[in-house]
Amino acid sequence: MAGILGKKLGMTRYFTEEGRSFPVTLVEVTSCVVTQIKTIDSDGYDAVQVGYFHKKESKINKPILGIFKKANVEAKLGLTEFKGQMTLMDGEEEKPVEVGSKLTIDQFQAGEKVRIRSKSKGKGFAGVVKRHHFKGGPASHGQGDKLRSRGSVGASSYPSRVIKGMKMAGRMGGENTTLRDVQILEIDSEKNLLVLKGPIPGAINSTVRIWK
Amino acid sequence: MNKVQEYGKTQMKDELLEFRAGDTLSVDVRIREAGKERIQKFEGVVIQIRGTGADKTFTIRKVSQGIGVERIFPIHSPSILGMKKIKAGKVRRSKIFYLRKLRGKAARIAEKREN
Repeated sequence: MAGILGKKLGMTRYFTEEGRSFPVTLVEVTSCVVTQIKTIDSDGYDAVQVGYFHKKESKINKPILGIFKKANVEAKLGLTEFKGQMTLMDGEEEKPVEVGSKLTIDQFQAGEKVRIRSKSKGKGFAGVVKRHHFKGGPASHGQGDKLRSRGSVGASSYPSRVIKGMKMAGRMGGENTTLRDVQILEIDSEKNLLVLKGPIPGAINSTVRIWK
Repeated sequence: MNKVQEYGKTQMKDELLEFRAGDTLSVDVRIREAGKERIQKFEGVVIQIRGTGADKTFTIRKVSQGIGVERIFPIHSPSILGMKKIKAGKVRRSKIFYLRKLRGKAARIAEKREN
């Protein structure tokens, strides 16, 4: 398991030497530190707790601050957990992470495929055509107001109710979205930049979770 | 300059031919087919330049055997091996899509003269 958190910077274009061009998303990965290691013996499950991004100490409440103090790391914006155990390359050797270990993008390699999770942009109260890709109704032949409507939601006197989970209009977006097999095209360890092929969910400056 | 623009710089070419909409260009494009590489010339009028930084593209239109053909090139693409300005056109707008509707003599563009 290798994991890290980063910030979405925006999109641009990437060229290969043969002249192919891809849209790419840039993710900046800064200051990820292991704050706690959970084990089956002490917590009932294996996980690595990671603090990410910088935040002023005075802006953090005391229980959370206690975690950073205990781990002896600088104050962080947030905490997250990666399930399982994690190892880091120490020169040639692979060693399990310790509290205080810095996680960098060197865990990944260019060309590798990773998973991405981030919070998608909120779309507000969206209709069924946008939210569930319904076809909507016909535009003409005497159809008054059916262009983007959903059609029937079920039968009549039996069951006399709408079945749970029926796809309808409602709040869309603003939820965690996971992408698999996102290719890393380039890694810049100096600038802590990951160049990912294609778009990733969420607005610029949103937090992106990357793991494999 | 933000970090995205900074990264974009690494994808960009250092030197570019300066041109604008209305100019007639000849573009040398590298084409790979059947495992072989060759260079194809595409010559026509620039009808649009859009985008900024690494994402900048331009559209070239030509009329080939009576059929209008348009091709969009990323300006910084490594597939573009060379560009040559054949004629500087005198047009008033930056997107000259009106050219699509014109045929024959009407589709000509006045040449800009350097005084």
